[in-house]
Amino acid sequence: MLSSVILTLFGLTVLTFLIGRVMPVDPVIAAVGDNAPEDVIIRARAEMGLDQPLPIQFLHYLNQLAHGDFGMSVLTKNPVATDIARFFPATFELATAALLLSIVIGIPLGVWAAVRQGSITDQAIRVLCLAGHSVPVFMLSMISLLIFYSALGIAPGPGRQDIIYDGMIEPVTGLLSIDTLIAGDLDAFWDALTHMAQPVIILAYFSMAYIARMTRAFMIDALKGEYVITARAKGLTGLKVVWSHAFPTVAVQLITVIALTYAGLLEGAVVTETVFAWPGIGQYLTTSLMNADMNPVVGSTLLIGFIYVGLNLLADILYRLLDPRVQ
Amino acid sequence: MLVDIQNLKIGFKSRTGFHQAVKGVSLKLGTEKLGIVGESGSGKSLTARALMKLLPKSTVIEADTLAFDGIDVLSASERQMRQIRGKRAGFILQDPKYSLNPVKTIGAQVAESWRTHKGGSRREALEAAVNLLEQVQIRNPQVVAKSYPHEVSGGMGQRVMIAMMLAPDPELLIADEPTSALDATVQAEILRLIEELVAERGMGLLLISHDLPLVSHFCDRVMVMYSGRVMEELKASELLSAKHPYTRGLLNCMPSLIHPKDRLPVLARDPEWLK
Amino acid sequence: MNAAFRTWALSEAPSSRRQAAWGNRYRAWLNLKGNPLGMIGLTIISIFILMAIFAPLLATHDPATQELANRLAAPNAAHWFGTDELGRDVFSRILYGARVTLGMVIAVVVLVAPIGLAVGCIAGYFGGIVDTALMRITDIFLAFPRLVLALAFVAALKPGIESAVLAIALTAWPPYARLARAETLTVRNSDFIAAYRLTGASSWRIIFRHIAPLCTPSLIVRVTLDMSSIIITAASLGFLGMGAQPPSPEWGAMIATAKRFIFEQWWVPMIPAIAILLVSLAFNFLGDALRDVLDPKGN
Ligand SMILES: Nc1ncnc2c1ncn2[C@@H]1O[C@H](COP(=O)(O)OP(=O)(O)O)[C@@H](O)[C@H]1O
Ligand SMILES: [Mg+2]
Repeated sequence: MLSSVILTLFGLTVLTFLIGRVMPVDPVIAAVGDNAPEDVIIRARAEMGLDQPLPIQFLHYLNQLAHGDFGMSVLTKNPVATDIARFFPATFELATAALLLSIVIGIPLGVWAAVRQGSITDQAIRVLCLAGHSVPVFMLSMISLLIFYSALGIAPGPGRQDIIYDGMIEPVTGLLSIDTLIAGDLDAFWDALTHMAQPVIILAYFSMAYIARMTRAFMIDALKGEYVITARAKGLTGLKVVWSHAFPTVAVQLITVIALTYAGLLEGAVVTETVFAWPGIGQYLTTSLMNADMNPVVGSTLLIGFIYVGLNLLADILYRLLDPRVQ
Repeated sequence: MLVDIQNLKIGFKSRTGFHQAVKGVSLKLGTEKLGIVGESGSGKSLTARALMKLLPKSTVIEADTLAFDGIDVLSASERQMRQIRGKRAGFILQDPKYSLNPVKTIGAQVAESWRTHKGGSRREALEAAVNLLEQVQIRNPQVVAKSYPHEVSGGMGQRVMIAMMLAPDPELLIADEPTSALDATVQAEILRLIEELVAERGMGLLLISHDLPLVSHFCDRVMVMYSGRVMEELKASELLSAKHPYTRGLLNCMPSLIHPKDRLPVLARDPEWLK
Repeated sequence: MNAAFRTWALSEAPSSRRQAAWGNRYRAWLNLKGNPLGMIGLTIISIFILMAIFAPLLATHDPATQELANRLAAPNAAHWFGTDELGRDVFSRILYGARVTLGMVIAVVVLVAPIGLAVGCIAGYFGGIVDTALMRITDIFLAFPRLVLALAFVAALKPGIESAVLAIALTAWPPYARLARAETLTVRNSDFIAAYRLTGASSWRIIFRHIAPLCTPSLIVRVTLDMSSIIITAASLGFLGMGAQPPSPEWGAMIATAKRFIFEQWWVPMIPAIAILLVSLAFNFLGDALRDVLDPKGN
């Protein structure tokens, strides 16, 4: 298992390396400017190691990665690693809050639909979930801003916090909702929460749809089990039969689903952050893309790939630990 | 009268029409041992499950009488049924591999059964569970209580199932092919265990099987079903003088060591039986 | 004629293989017809396809003609969906945009389905090292959220429709390979495949003539369900400025250029957004229904 993970990570690295090397914009020109003199360009090219053959460049790249060096961002003039460390907490906060919300809503909805399979409730939940799969995240974001911010004025506008709190909160974890609490500033905490509400709910809707549908499918299978008849024959209540007999048998499978969902949330975050001007990895990635800034693009893509592989590994390990049927 | 069923009919609606699976079964049962025999698909399980109201909601059930100890099952609420299920009537399913919850320990499953009907603390329930496992002649009950269903053998699993269903001291035990999934050597042991426990506790027993000689050996009376109907009902001792051709056919199909036959006869079915 | 077909197709004892096949198809159709969501989906998709095909006939205006004096007009009798920031007729642009979207979707599917099918069948049929190698590559591509990888690819190529199609295709094939492999594994050791092998059929012939066709039904379901994801990814690329470029009437790109008017002339970005939502919802409805009909075991 571990060897396959390492192989996958290696493949990811090769892939992102190749993507970085075929960029239409010459990174050297991008770094030193269009009208730099010829000798400056040549020197810069050598400095950046770009005059070497590709395999050598790749080894060099691996070596850099091993030292946590993702290169420099032309746009921000910072090392990409520093930028990522700065932007990642915002994305993490967004995606994690959305994940928790979608678990709390998606699982009961899925279970409910499975228990009522074929009923109107089931159909309604099905439509709700299919809509969640079908609606582009940017559309929901725009509608939400239009209604709750512009028309009703009950939600704050884009961004992570009101400007008045800008720079007032000491970053400890990088998660504003927690840092404001550490700072003991309840107004700022509330402000952070209200700013999170829209993007989080929109992202959560998308992943909730996926979690609910998978839960429903697993539960329908589980409810067919003979042990469900046994549980009912023991005289247990319907709630107990469903939640303490059928559900535990699918809970482990759901862990994998939730891990997958998180990857989807990172993807959704790319778009949501752009609409909500949320200073996270997604916005960093798209801004760098527009400016053909190669290193941040490759760095962020690689990071997201690694997170995804890591989550899958974690789900696999949890599965082995938690399911008594797996030895 | 513990169980009174008169003219029970069970059917299923499907896209293509209506399928009548049980077509008017009647039976009565006191504190005695009744066997139901019939080939697979003849409606034995449906009859037993209807009595406990364990069939899917979409099932169409009709009966002149369907009563457990005078309680009308058809009109009983879920809450009333929960007072019968487990507490007054235990239900043993066919294959412990599927009928025990795969992700809960055996101890927890038996304890849950006890605690649901007798109350008490978690610890008391667990102690009671170990005690029950001992009663079904499991040698190291402490260890078994901590293991998961997939870690024990089929015979052991069925003992656990029995312990679980006997936990609240029911008056009736329904066993739906309790040994069909087990090795031949274990089958007799399990049936003997059921017989002992039933005698000891003075319970009624409804034993379902497709094995006619086996059932007649353990039961007082035998009811033969075919295609959703009762063909014949007779005392176990009178089985060899059974008149119905289907019963005779079932008996003839059995291989015998004492009178070996070159070729087992094939059961000839007569559409007349369904009239 | 209709009734005759019905009795012929639904015959309990089909007299030819063709009759049996039509019977199955007809039954599947009857099941689909009984599924209201599926029929809604099918209707919307048909309208969408007709819109794309007949766009030049249906359009009330030239989609590229600017009318700067009449910018950002609300829907009215002359411009049913209003006009955009350059005074172009939004209704006509939506019609032509359907062509772009449909074209992209078809291009992606045509690229992806055969590749996924081939990779999956080959991996499943040969097993061993071939399987391990192909599946490892599949895993690498699966390890990125689709949009993120597509963004990186587009950036590496050059923003535009062709790159977007290629990028989406590159990110879309792995699930098909996984699916085809799983299906192949279930039939690989069956007797009829062994029989073909005994007749001396080559591995390639067995894979492409006998195994691949068996994988097609589940692949169709998967493609239908995937359509909405492809459409949304394409639109998201357009929205982020990495897909179709203005002045293309691609719906995502239309939103991208109009999104700054969301608070004042909200209908300008919202109308293409609704178009995307409807089509992607329709594919999901249809795919969900098809899965119930064709592939009752799957979830
Ligand atoms: N949920 C169901 N839907 C449709 N038919 C069913 C269902 N459950 C059982 N049946 C049918 O009822 C008949 C009797 O089943 P059952 O009582 O399980 O037979 P057995 O005597 O083997 O226990 C079978 O022919 C079976 O096909
Ligand atoms: Mg049965």
